Amino acid sequence: MSVISKSTKFWGYRRQNGRVGVRNHVIILPVDDLSNAAAEAVANNIKGTLAIPHPYGRLQFGADLALHFRTLIGTGCNPNVAAVVVIGIEDGWTKRVVDGIAASGKPVVGFGIEGHGDHETIMRASKAARAFLQDASELHRVECNISELWVSTKCGESDTTSGCGANPTVGNAFDKLYDVGSTLVFGETSEITGGEKVLIERCRTPKVAEEFMGMFNRYQDMINRHKTDDLSESQPTKGNIAGGLTTIEEKAMGNIQKIGKKCMIDGVLDKAEIPTGPGLWFMDSSSAAAEMVTLCAASGFAVHFFPTGQGNVIGNPILPVIKICANPRTVRTMSEHIDVDSSGLLQREMVLDQVGDKLLEMMLRTANGRLTAAEALGHREFVLTRLYESA
Amino acid sequence: MIHFVLHEAKDTVAVAVVEGIKAGADLTAWIMDDDKQISIRALQDIPIGHKIALKDMAVGDTVFKYGTDIGKVVAPIKAGEHAHVHNIKTKRW
Repeated sequence: MSVISKSTKFWGYRRQNGRVGVRNHVIILPVDDLSNAAAEAVANNIKGTLAIPHPYGRLQFGADLALHFRTLIGTGCNPNVAAVVVIGIEDGWTKRVVDGIAASGKPVVGFGIEGHGDHETIMRASKAARAFLQDASELHRVECNISELWVSTKCGESDTTSGCGANPTVGNAFDKLYDVGSTLVFGETSEITGGEKVLIERCRTPKVAEEFMGMFNRYQDMINRHKTDDLSESQPTKGNIAGGLTTIEEKAMGNIQKIGKKCMIDGVLDKAEIPTGPGLWFMDSSSAAAEMVTLCAASGFAVHFFPTGQGNVIGNPILPVIKICANPRTVRTMSEHIDVDSSGLLQREMVLDQVGDKLLEMMLRTANGRLTAAEALGHREFVLTRLYESA
Repeated sequence: MIHFVLHEAKDTVAVAVVEGIKAGADLTAWIMDDDKQISIRALQDIPIGHKIALKDMAVGDTVFKYGTDIGKVVAPIKAGEHAHVHNIKTKRW
């Protein structure tokens, strides 16, 4: 019997729109690169708030701009966030982000810098951030059902132990979460290359399979259009190769162990798109760790499973990233980054069901408030996906 | 002790899961899907996470892991040798 069942509960923060979070962040969100300094000054003034600086938001257009707004608004709407202070260089796009977040019912206010300057903006935004932080500090965790916990996954700095140890551990946990009605996501479109036929068989309906293959083929076309070699050292990465992974096909077959043996792909998502129901979703996304995890957070996911082989150190500002590793050398040399050691699987000291449960136990502890290694170490990688050049 | 794992009996490479595997050592490999063990002798040192060839392979042969095609042989490989980017390449891209 697994550590979770349909009646399993955890302690979370229930937000205005009904979604459940496991953290209670008040974030200071810049709309654009120019507003990072003010946002960081506000977070420095009001201890306990969190600035999320990033390098984009100017002169983007079309689908790339839509993705920029979707990611920022999704980040603000994430249930791990209690309230948001938005700062932009001008009022128009600032209001667009504020209105998007306000639709979730969450406390949010925006400030444009033009006509005020940094000093006045920082003062006004700090006053708002202070009030939000005090209000958030009075929110209590309430008992929530396991099915209300949204869990994402993406692996990184993978090696061959990922495919036979850490990723199947996630897969076992995903199979069990699927059975209790959780909402789950995986992605990394380029890193399916060589495993796409396996995923087609896992799609719930022919329509889902067709949509998945549309995304897969579009990504292949993009790579073929821009490539200058066989992508060796990019995909697989130099780190993957050092860890023993040889080809993209091998890496992909390891990657897709994360969706377990039973759960079916119920639908596909565009980048930072919010799922419309429970089940397993495929998100068309980059395979770069911070880009993908940032998109998962923007889609509303509350806990992340990140299996690694060689030892990726990634975290996220608002999404707790739980690291799983089955490489005994990495567990020894980088222990401060690893939340769940599943190396016993490869020595037959533990069976898959046991390591899957070990991860689910850590997931529940993390959901109830335990800080992940990445949170304790201050890893807050926030990387926006860009689709093309600015105008 | 398990020195190597492979996913399916059909696989032609296995993964080193312990450190310090030296040429000449007689080693144990675990077939995960069948839960069986086989023996293999390493002809070269194999770093942890890297692969050992389980059979002789010629240029152009398909390499199997997870019971699936993971690439092609680009330089001859003997059973027991280190199998990696110097003798295996992707069939994609």
